[in-house]
Amino acid sequence: MLHVDNLTASIEGKQILRGLDLDVGAGEVHAIMGPNGSGKSTFAHALAGREGYEIDGTVTLDGADLLAMEPEERAAAGVFMGFQYPVEIPGVNNMYFLRTALNSVRRARGETEIGARDFLAVAKEAMDLVEMKQDFLDRAVNAGFSGGEKKRNEILQMAVMQPRLAILDETDSGLDIDALRIIAGGVNALRGPERSMIVITHYQRLLDYIKPDFVHVLVDGRIVESGDHTLAMHLEDHGYAGFVNTDLNDAPERPLAGTPS
Amino acid sequence: MSETVTSETSESRRQIEELTERGYQYGWHSDLDTDVAPPGLNEDVVRLISAKKNEPEWLLEWRLSAYEAWTKMEEPDWAKLQIAPIDYQAISYWAAPKKKPVLDSLDDVDPEIREMFDKLGIPLHEQKLLSNVAVDAIVDSVSVTTTFKETLAEAGVIFCSFSEAVHDYPDLVREHLGSVVPVRDNYFAALNSAVFSDGSFCYIPKGVRCPMELSTYFRINSQNTGQFERTLIVAEDDSHVSYLEGCTAPQRDENQLHAAVVELVAKDRAEIKYSTVQNWYPGDENGVGGIYNFVTKRGRAHTDAKISWTQVETGSAITWKYPSVILQGDRSVGEFYSVALSSQRQQADTGTKMIHIGSDTTSTIISKGISAAHGQNTYRGLVKVMRSAENARNYTQCDSLLLGKKCGAHTIPYIEAKNPSAQIEHEASTSTVGEDQLYYCRQRGMSEEDAMSMIVNGFCREVFNELPMEFAVEAQRLLSVSLEGSVG
Repeated sequence: MLHVDNLTASIEGKQILRGLDLDVGAGEVHAIMGPNGSGKSTFAHALAGREGYEIDGTVTLDGADLLAMEPEERAAAGVFMGFQYPVEIPGVNNMYFLRTALNSVRRARGETEIGARDFLAVAKEAMDLVEMKQDFLDRAVNAGFSGGEKKRNEILQMAVMQPRLAILDETDSGLDIDALRIIAGGVNALRGPERSMIVITHYQRLLDYIKPDFVHVLVDGRIVESGDHTLAMHLEDHGYAGFVNTDLNDAPERPLAGTPS
Repeated sequence: MSETVTSETSESRRQIEELTERGYQYGWHSDLDTDVAPPGLNEDVVRLISAKKNEPEWLLEWRLSAYEAWTKMEEPDWAKLQIAPIDYQAISYWAAPKKKPVLDSLDDVDPEIREMFDKLGIPLHEQKLLSNVAVDAIVDSVSVTTTFKETLAEAGVIFCSFSEAVHDYPDLVREHLGSVVPVRDNYFAALNSAVFSDGSFCYIPKGVRCPMELSTYFRINSQNTGQFERTLIVAEDDSHVSYLEGCTAPQRDENQLHAAVVELVAKDRAEIKYSTVQNWYPGDENGVGGIYNFVTKRGRAHTDAKISWTQVETGSAITWKYPSVILQGDRSVGEFYSVALSSQRQQADTGTKMIHIGSDTTSTIISKGISAAHGQNTYRGLVKVMRSAENARNYTQCDSLLLGKKCGAHTIPYIEAKNPSAQIEHEASTSTVGEDQLYYCRQRGMSEEDAMSMIVNGFCREVFNELPMEFAVEAQRLLSVSLEGSVG
């Protein structure tokens, strides 16, 4: 489904991704772990289409060239990114924002727009998923939200958008254990055979709740190790030290990176 | 009252006869049948205007005193505006109202204008009225107007052109004209007082709640807004009125200089809500040809009265405008809600003055300035608490939003408190529409322009909430249309 081949990214002349390869099959959940500064967030933004990076390599989603698309076109193609730092938009009603977002992608896909009444039902279901109260929708997008509320709002949006590929960037950062449980519950409920997920995290903690099919270790802009969820436990015990010091020339040229779709 | 009218009218007739002779006396041809006066401003022109309008002598004297004051005044230069010199002698100060050509159908309207109507979501029948298309019986403008007039008359509300009011309600006009904005108030107010052409007069009797938003009515009748417009609204004790001037539809005018005056009088416990949507031609991308809009708007609030100004200013090359409230009576309330957009080469220097005289008076100022392209936007406001005003309170919030790197936002608040019990709060912020916000919206599937429009409208939410419902929706669209092409 998602095929990433030799992806490089640099910003203001600084090379961050140095030839990243990854294949994510339909319905799979891949965790990407790595130390700070290894390029995890850059990888997420490169997939979502943030401007300002110089990108090279190949990224296809269901065969379509993702790198040639604008961010909104990628969204219409089914890419959703849960932000590490969700952005505040003062004065814009959360419900209105969500409905505009959903209808934008529906329009782009040639589907009919969803009316206010039908949307309310969709939103209600999504809110139950992340244990949010009704007034949540009446507030301005992320404005004055607590850290946990912002992250729950991201999952709420994901539930409404029903993406083909969800990229969750450090969704667990800054959450207490209750919020983490709620968010993981939401994410797990959204797993399905047609939906793939890339879960980016620094800590293994999140993976106790969202059990990935594959775990990859990203160091210095490349995936240096891949495995199943036991790899995450290994990292928990031993840290990234063993990987950071790896002489990259000795690393396998094409690390095992999931199963080709 | 009818007797007064008759005598005033015959008085004016005599005036005209005298005037006609005077015109010849000065060797200046003032043919009363002329449609356009030659360019230039002098006493004779003022007399001509007054004669053309059949005005009573007191009004002519009033105009002349304004003219005399104006000749001794200087154009203000304190605003943060770069204006090419205005040649006041090159302007013609009288022109008979011209009739627009009547069109058979909307198909005959300039497609560009039609497209704009559609973008703004202006209802079809109003599109027709605005572009002077002959309309069918159901939405015939005359019958609509008549229905409104009947409803208003039943409530005792007077709503008519200023000229009509001068003849039909001379005592009311004479009592209040210039009572809030004196002829010598400022250069542009003096000019307006000398040469004003027409405008609106509105009178709400004691205890009457005006049965309709005067917006709908006004919109249909607003096509002939003049170059020097004069508006007077008087709300008697315990009355209430909501008034909207302007229109979201783009307005062109061959007159570059506009200097309007609006006076509001809210007597004890009365409430006046005055909303403005201004979308005059802003000029081309170099600012050439845009309207210069110099407006003096002020209200006087008596005991327990409330005056609320809401404005959405998106047009004009130059906007110089400070809708103000004199909080004269105890416990009176003044409000100012403003969205001012400066794009292309537009310059806006706008804000408000809240003058606290009575005790326990309260004022609120919410100003949202948006600058895009080469636009320059200045908030200039004065909060003045006089010695007499015990426990006066003011809250001011000035937010500026910058779209792009070549525009500018400036905030110039003046605070003068002469009574130590005053509580004055001022908050100000300047922000840019962040790349982050745009990216976030686009990641959720919205186009860059939709995202921009959503963010900017969110920024203006508190002000739009103050507008009458149907205009709030249009104002949002207006903002989006005005920002088209300024992204990036």
